Amino acid sequence: MPGVSDSRWAAQGTNPGEIEAALRSMLTERHAENESYVPARVLNMVCVVDKAWSGEIANRLRQVGRYHASRTVVLSVDPTRQSLDAVATISSDVHPKAGEFALLRETVIVEVGDKHLPALDTIVDPLVVTDLPTLLWSPHGHPEAIDLLLPLAQVVLLDSVDEPDLHEALDRAEELARKVYVVDLAWLRSTPWRERVAATFDPENLRPDLRTMSAVTVRHHPESTMAALLLIGWLASRLDWEPSKLIASNGSLAGKAHARRQDVDLLLEPEPSQAVRGLAGLTLETASGRHLELDRGPGGLRAHYRNRRGDEREWTVLGASRGEPGILGEGIRQALLRDPTYAPALDAANAFAP
Amino acid sequence: MSAVVASTVENPLVEGLERLPIHPTTLVIFGATGDLARRKLLPALYNLAHEGALPERFQLIGISRSEMTDSEFGEMAVESVRQFSRRTPDEDVLEQLLEDVRYVTGMFDDGSVYEALAGTLDEFDEAAGQRIDRCFYLSTAPAFFPVIVGQLGESGLNRHEGADVRLVIEKPFGTTLAEAEQLNREVLSVFEENQVFRIDHYLGKETVQNIMALRFANGLFEPVWNRNYIDQVQITAAEDLGIGSRAGYYDSAGALRDLIQNHMLQLLCHVAMEPPVNFTADEVRNEKVKVLQAIHAPDAADVDAMAVRAQYTAGEAGGEPVVGYLQEEGVAPDSNTETYAALRLEVDNWRWAGVPFYLRTGKRLARKVTEIAITLKPVPHLAFSQEGSLGVKPNQLILTVQPNEGVSLSLGAKIPGNRMRIRPVYMEFLYGTSFMSQSPEAYERLITDAMRGDATLFTRNDEVEAQWRICDPIVQQWAATPGPLPQYEAGSQGPDEANALMLGDDRWRAI
Repeated sequence: MPGVSDSRWAAQGTNPGEIEAALRSMLTERHAENESYVPARVLNMVCVVDKAWSGEIANRLRQVGRYHASRTVVLSVDPTRQSLDAVATISSDVHPKAGEFALLRETVIVEVGDKHLPALDTIVDPLVVTDLPTLLWSPHGHPEAIDLLLPLAQVVLLDSVDEPDLHEALDRAEELARKVYVVDLAWLRSTPWRERVAATFDPENLRPDLRTMSAVTVRHHPESTMAALLLIGWLASRLDWEPSKLIASNGSLAGKAHARRQDVDLLLEPEPSQAVRGLAGLTLETASGRHLELDRGPGGLRAHYRNRRGDEREWTVLGASRGEPGILGEGIRQALLRDPTYAPALDAANAFAP
Repeated sequence: MSAVVASTVENPLVEGLERLPIHPTTLVIFGATGDLARRKLLPALYNLAHEGALPERFQLIGISRSEMTDSEFGEMAVESVRQFSRRTPDEDVLEQLLEDVRYVTGMFDDGSVYEALAGTLDEFDEAAGQRIDRCFYLSTAPAFFPVIVGQLGESGLNRHEGADVRLVIEKPFGTTLAEAEQLNREVLSVFEENQVFRIDHYLGKETVQNIMALRFANGLFEPVWNRNYIDQVQITAAEDLGIGSRAGYYDSAGALRDLIQNHMLQLLCHVAMEPPVNFTADEVRNEKVKVLQAIHAPDAADVDAMAVRAQYTAGEAGGEPVVGYLQEEGVAPDSNTETYAALRLEVDNWRWAGVPFYLRTGKRLARKVTEIAITLKPVPHLAFSQEGSLGVKPNQLILTVQPNEGVSLSLGAKIPGNRMRIRPVYMEFLYGTSFMSQSPEAYERLITDAMRGDATLFTRNDEVEAQWRICDPIVQQWAATPGPLPQYEAGSQGPDEANALMLGDDRWRAI
């Protein structure tokens, strides 16, 4: 990820010790050049990518905005490669000004072959900064590599909508969540929606209505069924609904959850006009006659509300779209936080999955 | 499934959310066309909207004396956001934020302004089909605070059945103890204390909140955080700039009122307070008030021994010649307003008895820095030779508030070589290296806290009065003492007279 001020080192047929020594040497040189250069020490991020798609991943990482890991180690898998080639870069987004410091971030790209995969941990271990949390991301699969690297990591980043098979996506996320903290981009895409539903029912006089929720419809990008499942999983886990399997019908998923007072009708509908991954809209109804619709709109979510007397109101819930690069950046930031509601939502989503 | 059950008390959906919901709110800015509104408040509102951090129903009303229509005010707000926002605005969000903005023109003492305001507020409630919380933000000259508060009370806008009404008051909260007490009486005759949010924007800075985290989330410091180990504390808020275009305000306020009476005493409180039982607003503020109450207010006769004031003269800043204070535009040539103030205070309690707290602030000093330097007592026995090196110095813990927020600890270390020579080295921690997030502007935090009703980062009535009780005798004594004031050259470390405040071998740290 080039900055305005870079140092670069490259070698063929190298090894982790040499790479690590090169990083140390470059950091020392930069600091000697100007003591305002200081290394960021926040997070290690280890990415396992297919070499053919590494450019696309580099682009995605470049666009995440201000949420960069302080040291990024990219393992670029080229199946036939026999030796390790590496490029290490130390970069800063700014030239240091008098009295201010300039953060340095380190990026290491190591080209590995299939033959290196069984011992990938011995390549990564010397390259991550000790005592910093380590985030693993493998956007092109390679589950065996992730499993091997898990002991070195505290957090795994995944996007559960990447996996076309719902059950495999859910099972893999649950398996990982039992071992480490999981940051799921599909979950993060639903954050504004969850915030708004929570806010709608936050006034004390409306909280009892949560018990009377009678129907939930989630409209989603055709490839983001998982995101919709996670949203109803979240509602079920927070509101103590008993999930039951949804049934596929005409491209949608429909079914019921059992709440204490009544059943809740559930419908997950693909929205073909939705261009970006994630949710397109949400409708909540209560047995007491309240009806809330939230849909994507310019400048935020367009809200449509009808009360029990039938009075209707519309307004915009303000908020800028983060876009896919923003979501990835948010995923990196979330690696340092802990959301206790994802794992229960995932459990419930699994129970809803047809 | 986890056994989380909806109740009338708790909202089970907020668990795990980073941003807690804020109830629908109409924010009314008095002085909406003023400098603070344009530079800080309106950009802060935009950034909150951008992040989805405003209440899900949010309305904005501006009030000012300037003649303007709703749409003209909206255009002014757009320009302010474009010019001063910390991020490039998303045009859709900006348009939606200001889509239904309203503006009321009039004098603040004119009852018809409040009738018009009430009508607009009711209209918003009607459109929302619910009673929306109301937050009145006084961003006006201080002389208008009691006027506006009185009018809000007379028009019944201090209460709103079924919703909360809050009053945010900008600084300065009075210019003397008597004024602060009078203003408190007037405010509290109309609003309850829990409705009042007195702004000290320093408290909204992450850096200031980090002082509490550093002290109370780390077991390392507490054992030495007392008179047995700490020799002295220095709090510095130095500016390299002059007064700029603020002559009108600054010449009537001066350095003591501008920074020491509020911000710097707050920093002192954060250093000296006992650990609160919890971090609720009243527990934190109770502990801060105890610190202020433990500081002896000087008698008039003692002021000269514990307080120094001065004015800058012409000099150089950043390699450029700059004028002295009395030559600044808008400043009277015979002004006695201090641009530098330094105090020596003592916190007379069990923890701090005998430890001097030195505070200094000034314009046109050598550089811009706000820091707290805590010097520990020297080691009891020196086994090392002092020859050929700087030698062993007492440890210093430096909490830098701005710029380059961080913590630095000076340690004695051996100089490489075949002799046992020691010099100080620095173990440095910079917050910017360890967090990815950009700190929100203080006003973003304070506006959301006020709308949420969380007063932790606002000053309470007794806190403000306790601050004034310490500073008022100095203000009075200085007002009674004719000039000319001691002087210091622009771009320097400050006046030599400030050295007289230091006890024993204490010295000011280099700015």
